[in-house]
Parts: sequence; C-alpha cells; structure tokens
Amino acid sequence: MSALREIEYRDALREAMAEEMRRDKRVFLLGEEVAEYNGAYKVSKGMLEEFGASRIIDTPISESGFAGMAIGAAMQGLRPIVEFMSWSFSLVAADPILNNAPKMLYMSGGQFGCPIVFRGNDGAGGQLGSTHSWCVEGMYSNVPGLKMAIPATPDDAKGLLKTAIRDDDPVFFLESERMLGMKGHVPEGDEILVPFGKARTRREGTDCTIATWGRPVHFALEAAEALAKDGISCEVIDMRTIRPLDAGSVVRSVKKTSTCVVVDQSWSFGSPGSELASQVHRHCFDDLDNYVHRVHTADVPAPYAFNLEQEYLPNARKICEAVRAATYNA
Amino acid sequence: MNPMSTPSTDTRRLFDVHRGEAAPRIAPDRSVPPAATLKKWLRDMMLIREFEVRCMQAYQDKKIGGFCHVYIGQEAVAVGCVAAMKHEDPLVTAYRDHGHALARGMSARACMAEMFGRVDGCAKGKGGSMHMFDKPNNMFGGHGIVGAQTPLGLGLAFATKYEDEVMRGGKNTRVTLCFLGDGALNQGALHEAMNLAGLMNIPVVFVVENNGYSMGTSIHRGTTMAHDLKSKAIGYGIDAAVVEGMDVLETYHGMKAVIDDARARSRPWFIDLRCYRYKGHSMSDPRKYRTRDEEEAWEAGDPIGTLESFMLEKGMITADESKEMLKGVKAEVRDCVAFADASPVPADGELYTDVYMEPWGPYPGSSKPSMMGGGENTPSFRAIERSEDLL
Repeated sequence: MSALREIEYRDALREAMAEEMRRDKRVFLLGEEVAEYNGAYKVSKGMLEEFGASRIIDTPISESGFAGMAIGAAMQGLRPIVEFMSWSFSLVAADPILNNAPKMLYMSGGQFGCPIVFRGNDGAGGQLGSTHSWCVEGMYSNVPGLKMAIPATPDDAKGLLKTAIRDDDPVFFLESERMLGMKGHVPEGDEILVPFGKARTRREGTDCTIATWGRPVHFALEAAEALAKDGISCEVIDMRTIRPLDAGSVVRSVKKTSTCVVVDQSWSFGSPGSELASQVHRHCFDDLDNYVHRVHTADVPAPYAFNLEQEYLPNARKICEAVRAATYNA
Repeated sequence: MNPMSTPSTDTRRLFDVHRGEAAPRIAPDRSVPPAATLKKWLRDMMLIREFEVRCMQAYQDKKIGGFCHVYIGQEAVAVGCVAAMKHEDPLVTAYRDHGHALARGMSARACMAEMFGRVDGCAKGKGGSMHMFDKPNNMFGGHGIVGAQTPLGLGLAFATKYEDEVMRGGKNTRVTLCFLGDGALNQGALHEAMNLAGLMNIPVVFVVENNGYSMGTSIHRGTTMAHDLKSKAIGYGIDAAVVEGMDVLETYHGMKAVIDDARARSRPWFIDLRCYRYKGHSMSDPRKYRTRDEEEAWEAGDPIGTLESFMLEKGMITADESKEMLKGVKAEVRDCVAFADASPVPADGELYTDVYMEPWGPYPGSSKPSMMGGGENTPSFRAIERSEDLL
C-alpha cells in the first residue's frame, strides 16, 4: 500500500519538514502565512496544529528582518527553515542571505556555522510579470558557502529537503509553484534521504545527453519522447543540486553520447547552465561531436502575456530544436 | 558644531526612560561595586585605549590592512555594558568591534593577530578588523555592513529564548546585547528587527552607541527625531532609555537595570547610549566635519579619567597603583603586537577551509582544494583539472 502511495509535491515538502521537526526540536519553520493561513501555497498545512505557534511561526512581511533573525538563530545552534513565499521576495533579504549565511563560517574562522534552509517558489510560468518571476539560481549559485537544491519530482522534493534540513551548511532550496500540485510516488520515512551532489538519470539514451534540473526536467523528458519517435535517443540527467554540481555524471554520459544540451530556466549570462557547459567542454573536449548547446530563458525581463511568457521559458520544442542541432539532425 | 553633540551635564539625562503603560517602573541601583571590580573596569578601559593607539600605529606601518575603526573615547560603553551582562548572554556588534571583543574577554593577542592577518587571529586571519568572532566568549561578530547585525542580534535572542522555553520547557534566562552605531538608525534592517522584537517579545537590547556621527554625517543631518531617539522605539512598542556612555559607573548601572528587566520580562529594549569617538570614522578621516572645541569638550569628560578620579577620591586606588596598572597594560599591548608580528601568515591551504562544514567532492563548488585539482596551492577557484577526479 505505502509503496504505491502517490502524493503531491507540496505534500512531500510538508512531510519532509514535519518528519524532521519530530526528529529534532532545533528545527522550526518561519515565514509569511506559514502558520494560521496554512501556508500561502498550503505547503505547511496543518503544521501549526501539530507543532504549535512556538515552532510554526508567522512573520510579518519583513524578509530582511526574519531571514536575518533566522541566521542569528542558526549561529546560536538552532536549525531554522525559512519559507519565502517566492524567491523573488528574497531579493530584499539579499544582505542577510548572501552576505551573512554563506560567509559566517569563513569569516569566523570556522567558529560559527549556519545550518539553515531557505525555501520557496522559484521561476516564472504563472503570468506574474517580471518582479515575481525570478529564477534566483542564476544569481545566487555564484556565491560560495551555500548549497543549492532544485527538486523536479515529489520524491526528490522530500528526499532533498530532509537532507537540506540535516545539513550543517546554509541550503537554498528552490521549489516551483508550477509543480506543487504534481503527483508522484513518495516513500514514507527516512528511506528517502537524497544525498546532495548526485545527479539522477531520468531517461537513458545513446545519441544526446540533456542535462537539466527543476521544472525543465519535465520539458526535457517530453522532448526526449518526441525525439525518440524520430529515432534520436536522448539521455536525460536531472542534476538535483547545483551546489554541489555533479558534473561527473554528465561527463560520463557525454563520453557515451558525444553530444550535449544543457537546459536551464535561468538567464544564460553567468548561469549554472554556462558553468555546466564549461565543465563539459573542459572534460569532454575530445569526446564532443559538437559544442554544448544551451536552452535558457530568454535574455529579457519576464513578460506578462501568456504567449510571450511561454516563448520566454525553455520548453520541449526549444529543447528538440537544440538536440537536433547538436546531433546534426536539424 | 554638531548641536546634538554635547557632553552630558544634566544628571536627569543619565537614565531617562520611556516605558509602556503596563511595564513596571525601574530605577538603577547606584550602589558602588567593590574596588576590585572597578579596578578591572579601569584596566579593561586602559587596555582598549592602549590597544587602539597601537592599532593606529600598526595601521600606519601597514601591518594592518583594509578598514580599521578604533574605539578610543567609547571604552566605557563596551566595558560598562559587558559588566552588566552574564557570560552566557550573546553579544553582537558592528565593525568598530575591537573594544567589545577585548571587554568580552578575547585575548589582545588573538585580536591583534587577526588584524595582522595571521593564523593566530581569532578567525585565523580570515575576518579582519571588522569581523571579530569569539565563540567561547559568546561574541558573535563583528559585522561590516551597517545595520546588518541587528536582525542577527534579534535571532540570537530568539534562539536563546527558544532553547530555554521550547526545548527545555523553562523560562527565558538570557539576554542578547546588539550594538549599533547611530548611522544604523537609518537602515531598514534595524526597523524590521525592532518591529519583530516588539511583536515576538524577544529579549534583545539594541544599544545605539550614539557618538553623534555616522562617518562624517552628524546625527541631525541623517536621522529624524535625533534629539529624542527613544521615539524610534516607542513606535515599535519597545521600552527605551537614554544611558550615559562616558561614565562607566553610570553606563553599568543603567544597563544593569535594563538587562535585568529584559531578562525577567523577556522583552526588548532600545538604548540611546550617549558617547563620543575621539578619532575619525576610520584611519583615513581628517574630521573636517567637526570642531576642535567640540572634541575638547568631550575629551574633558574622558571615561578613563573620570573613573580614575572617582577611585582616587574614594581611596579605591592609589596614584602609584594606577601608574603600575597602566604600565602593565602597555606591556601587554606591546606583547600582543610582537605576538601578532611573529605569528605565521595562514597557510595557502587555509583559503579553502571553513567554506563548508561538510566539504564534499569531487564536485565543482566544493571548495576542497584536493578536489579542485591544484593541490594545497590552488590559487583560486577553477574547474576540476583532472577529468579522472570526476569519473
């Protein structure tokens, strides 16, 4: 029965938090509307009832204040989970989350770590316009000292979040509002503890490696399905974490396929996608039949209009085009 | 001349409190501590001053790099506040932090070596003048961005209260002192922190070391209601007091009353602590924005001289003892400079340590030098050099 259990991505996130909070009293959740409202996206539904207001903490709209507060609490030894309703709102907390959390250990010469998880919705796709559609992985993954996980499916959402909460370093955990309702099989309990830095092969193939993470994993699988009909066999690799970045799994795959497409929903300039492409070029220089092709979000602010937003984001069509170009099937 | 910047002559200003309606009245217990305690305070203040004088020299000699902000003139603040705290109470401050570190108990050697960028520094030379951390003494930095430490101080206080109340099921036992300069009054972070502190009953004391200037901008040029900073806190439902910062006894008495109340009621406080920095904002500040008259007026009420005179008058110390004390302090500071100078620079491999609690590899972003391919002397981040490491 439980082996076949299917739950939503948002339920998987809640299970991860609730299980870890039962396990460790140092863990608590804070953010806007997480308690009495049951979460702006119902991720924390019912948690106030179970854990009480001292551990499920509603904050006012003060990202800089409550993110900084949580960092101070982590320095003292607690393990806060900070929910940003959207990662777009984390920009007003840039100083604490980028200048304090990832640097505290270093600046203090190893005295004060910062075991904290920042989590929330990342990415466009809901016609929210430019200010609410950030893919922060492009900017934030540049900073050493933080770890970054971007789960694509409910089981990884749970397994990676549990690992994040147990991790002794600051973890930026990027979810997607577009995927919160997605259902999938998720095991109960600790058997699902996904280690950081281990990519997951979502589909095996022989002609082209598609490396991606987060929501675009599904676009890549859709593209692979379509390309298979034309006799192009794609291997789809879900990176799962950006820091650490398991470039080795991609390199191993490319040594087999000889072509590679990187799909990244952040902007192309100075992005995780450009870093991964650079790694593949470096380590597969003699194996590649073509340069690494990249599919990114368009290099413009996020538009509102539905059709424009669809064209703005990576999608299966663009991935198919990139794979055909990379494999000389254009 | 800064109209706000006049030394205290009005005794009514010494502990001017605003409380919420429901709060019990408090008054400082002004009984004089024993001579041994005052001797320690006097010595601590002398140590900070002598330390800072030697810092300025070392900076001129290019032994200290970066930015360096000295505490001369404000010694009574750190010493009086720390005396009113318990050891287990967290302390966090801004970048003018040497005084707090020394008052909290950091060795002069570790503090000076840190500024010299040496391995025996409190943070192995990775933090520098503005980032003094000392875990055994509950000193949580040293923070370089104006106001950034205020949400952190809030969080430290949240955590100690959470440990006491949620994890142990008891009553709050600790108070966090979060120091800031008057320049931080104009940062959003402080106002978010004060709102949260008032809202959530967090036992944090925001201590504004009001020396009248944020860099070269006098307080009335940068801050509304500069004549009554308590009004800033009143809007957040936080009790507030003006406390004298040039007389360590008065600083101690005022802060003790405040800290005891914050501990007992688990409530935040906001303190307008009136003081003066004798030197410039940093080493490169010629102080053109204020007059020599103003500086002399403050220097006339010097905190070290004030305590020394008081003790001499009360027979708590003799002139000879005081002279001996200063001699001892000078020797200690000479020693710490020599120690810092002799301390080795951090090994190149230190560049890659303390980035993560759990370094991993062989992945990019690991900060583990052996995994970066260049061995111990990898000069900077680069991609994994040996493909075999990946495979």
